[in-house]
Amino acid sequence: MIPLSWYLTFAAFLFCIGLYGVLVRKNAIAILMGIELMLNSININLIAFWRYRSSDGIAGQAFAIIVFAVAAAEVAVGLALIISIYRRRSSIVADDMNMLKW
Amino acid sequence: MTPEKIIFIVVALVTLGAALSVVISRNLIHSALWLILALFGIAIFYVLLDAGFFAVIQVIIYIGAIAILFIFAAMLTRRVMQDTGPQSNPNWWLGALIALLLFAGIALILVNWQGFTTSAPELANPSGRISQLGLALVSADQYVLPFELASLLLVAAMIGAIFVAGEKKP
Repeated sequence: MIPLSWYLTFAAFLFCIGLYGVLVRKNAIAILMGIELMLNSININLIAFWRYRSSDGIAGQAFAIIVFAVAAAEVAVGLALIISIYRRRSSIVADDMNMLKW
Repeated sequence: MTPEKIIFIVVALVTLGAALSVVISRNLIHSALWLILALFGIAIFYVLLDAGFFAVIQVIIYIGAIAILFIFAAMLTRRVMQDTGPQSNPNWWLGALIALLLFAGIALILVNWQGFTTSAPELANPSGRISQLGLALVSADQYVLPFELASLLLVAAMIGAIFVAGEKKP
């Protein structure tokens, strides 16, 4: 049987890779991809804790379902914003999105 | 080494390699394809964790909807960032440093936690779990409120996405 530590270490790795992508990439779509990786690592953690700590309840799975729904909503709105900004400014570099700066 | 552990190690290495390729690949379409591979690896993890339902919705929602949405967005905005020039910020080493520090912090906390190496208990009711989850999501004394809030959030996100990205008539 796989110990819990393997899942947690893997999820921590995946979260840090996603964080690196969010911090470093210039392209706004690539930043959203990094956020997706981070959300997936969170979901692995939730399911792993459900399986190893409280597998007779259902709370961990219900929580993971909500995370799925929020991730779908987040990526839909995020990509819509990026496409809208691309129409107005012809750029998807995150540094160029400074319309609210004064 | 049980077969489960071998499967875990192989899938974990492939998934982490795919995730690294997502964040360092120069071509955005390649990034999206690597993302699909990473999401498949995570679906296999759900199977290993006895949560087959989550593997199914991972494939349907993440790979079937979200990854395809990423590919569409990458294609719609392809002209501006051709694959020339740097794709990362000049101070990428700072991001790498922050990510490494975060990993070190998480590892430090996990190693000092005594529940870190527990192995999984037997599943009480292996066949009835999906119906248990479905009932929990709609029963009034459990999770009906978060469930309805999630559906409201999805509707709001859909309307907002159409409104923001839709063509404005002048």
